[in-house]
Amino acid sequence: MIVYGVALLAICTLAGVIIGDFLGVLLGVQSNVGGVGIAMIFLICARLYMHKHGSMSHTTKETELGVSFWGCMYIPIVVAMAAQQNVVTALHGGPVALIGAIGSVLVCGFAITVISRSHKGEPLPAEPIEPLPEKSIELNITAAPVGGR
Amino acid sequence: MWDVIKHGLEHNSLVTAFALVGVIMWISAILSKRLTRGRVHGSAIAIVIGLVLAWVGGTLSGGQKGLADLTLFSGIGLMGGAMLRDFAIVATAFEVQATEARKAGMIGAVALLLGTVLPFIVGAAVAWAFGYRDAVSVTTIGAGAVTYIVGPVTGAAIGATSDVVALSIATGLIKAIMVMVFTPAASRLMGLDNPRSAMVFGGLAGTVSGVTAGLAATDRRLVPYGALTATFHTGLGCLLAPSLFFFCVRGLIG
Repeated sequence: MIVYGVALLAICTLAGVIIGDFLGVLLGVQSNVGGVGIAMIFLICARLYMHKHGSMSHTTKETELGVSFWGCMYIPIVVAMAAQQNVVTALHGGPVALIGAIGSVLVCGFAITVISRSHKGEPLPAEPIEPLPEKSIELNITAAPVGGR
Repeated sequence: MWDVIKHGLEHNSLVTAFALVGVIMWISAILSKRLTRGRVHGSAIAIVIGLVLAWVGGTLSGGQKGLADLTLFSGIGLMGGAMLRDFAIVATAFEVQATEARKAGMIGAVALLLGTVLPFIVGAAVAWAFGYRDAVSVTTIGAGAVTYIVGPVTGAAIGATSDVVALSIATGLIKAIMVMVFTPAASRLMGLDNPRSAMVFGGLAGTVSGVTAGLAATDRRLVPYGALTATFHTGLGCLLAPSLFFFCVRGLIG
């Protein structure tokens, strides 16, 4: 049942967010501390458990579908999120806000470059090995003009 | 005629939002293909279109929630709100390789700490350079440079004036928008092609919205790794800025 996956995702999300709120209260912070991250760890554990017990069964596959649908909806949701940012206020912030933002982005970008170059990780396998529907369409498109010429 | 259509769209606001975002994604995919030959990712274009629409919506309505303030597009507020956003981010964790995430744990924590301290120092220094001399204002603007949630939370905790709080929100918002827009372009320079650097990026660049949108437009599979560290960013900032950082700033400039 696909709804098992959606429910599993919902339970993990709720548990993580509630624990994050609790952590916030315990630390005396008016914010959620790591709720989404905790929820993600729950979900990773749930998947590992499912694969150990009764993997490849029909139920497991459908449960995974229920979760991965929402994972695929992520980018459209981000677009909707971008469409409701307070861009007007951001643009009215003036030079302090602008310079502060540019400065911190540059400094952080530099730090990311230094760290990720000095501690290099294994790159993800190239796209075709793990094809996503969206990506495979793009691949076809880039291939087409070459053939045309 | 228009009233009937409008009524129907407003009463199904979430469905309207799905349709609208679908159309935006479709247009972006075409623009990506035709104008940039796929060099600029369709998602990146879609996010920029979203931001432009947010500006249009905010200008038309005078509200704070961009396009979502227009009743016709109120569903955007639900679709892109914190609830569905968190739900979908958690879902992306299903593709996480647990071993990769664990290997990068330590470096992710270091990045997280740096990502809170560095922007705070930059923001506070800029505030000082522009003539803010009281510890409360300097701390609040510095906190805004961490994320746009840390700014107002810190400001409320230490009693900053509302214009300083607004300035700190603006700083954080511009930072988030810059991260969303420029990450795909800078991804190669930053070595952003593996789970470990995505976790470093999430810790250092801050704001779940900026990090995840930036990564989504770079390589969708990196999103969960970045989100895993970025999610602790706001909490850590809210913890350190009004306490430790405030005391340091007060000690330095009285």
